[in-house]
Amino acid sequence: MRRGHEAAGMKRGILWLPLAGFALVLVLIVYALFWPADRTVKSAMVGKPLPAFSVAPMLPGRPGLSNTMFADGTPRLLNIFASWCIPCIAEAPMLLRLKKMGVPIDALAIRDTPVAIRAFLERNGDPYRRIGDDRQSAVQLALGSSGVPETFVIDGKGRIVLQHVGDIREDDIPEILAALEQAK
Amino acid sequence: MSAARVCGSSRFGLGLLALLLAAGPALADSSLPAADYANTQLRDPAKEARARDLMGTLRCLVCQGQSIADSDAEMAGDMRSLVRKRILAGESPDTVRKSLIASYGDYVSYDPPFSWLTAPLWLMPLILIGLGAWLARGSFTRRRR
Repeated sequence: MRRGHEAAGMKRGILWLPLAGFALVLVLIVYALFWPADRTVKSAMVGKPLPAFSVAPMLPGRPGLSNTMFADGTPRLLNIFASWCIPCIAEAPMLLRLKKMGVPIDALAIRDTPVAIRAFLERNGDPYRRIGDDRQSAVQLALGSSGVPETFVIDGKGRIVLQHVGDIREDDIPEILAALEQAK
Repeated sequence: MSAARVCGSSRFGLGLLALLLAAGPALADSSLPAADYANTQLRDPAKEARARDLMGTLRCLVCQGQSIADSDAEMAGDMRSLVRKRILAGESPDTVRKSLIASYGDYVSYDPPFSWLTAPLWLMPLILIGLGAWLARGSFTRRRR
């Protein structure tokens, strides 16, 4: 008799299972809708020294780039950009502003040509000290960067201290300046 | 008042036009040709097979649900080029995978290592099969009665 009761109770419990399952799915959907997952691909190189690389200059008369150039004691930005990248145009005024503040900016041009780069710099301003030619994105892949534009803050020993994914906007500047200050 | 309204609506129209322009196809790719070996097989079939197996288990970072072997994205091409060049140079698929993991973390690999974070991923199939067997057993015994 008691056993029958227990079985009936369990059966009634099981009856609620589909509803519970549905509620769980609903909660998951609401969560994913209002708190979407961050799909930014973050570099695993942050906190580590730059990978060894050496690339040719993109423009004649301006040096190319290698990882050893970063270990000269001054923190700086390594900007990854391209002439075919539209957010890079939006970012250009911010880089110019950082340059005016005295921040040295070196760059890697991804999949680009000197002619296109010169036109891009003429139109959008030129904040760069050095521009390396990363024709097949090899250095970009070693840095753990997954698109243009991205900016890395490098300390005076050539260690990556911050990765900024996407174009630098006005409200990103304090964070970048703080990272540069801390990297001194 | 009507002038203000006209002005407002023309501003609305301009805004709409700006939105339409912004919604146009953006130039998201360079005009350079694909990297060497992005779409060219290695001459040595054994090495090509090794490269291909590896490329099937590396994530394309700009089209995150695809492997670099499946993707037409420019960056996937550059990654295939990197994989084939390094396999050609005699590196093992494992070292190439490890070096990409060093840059991007485990995320880049579709062959996740077993850790506390990935334990549910590996154990869930076993748990689900167990659950299925338990459910099936229940319905089979009932039918027998």
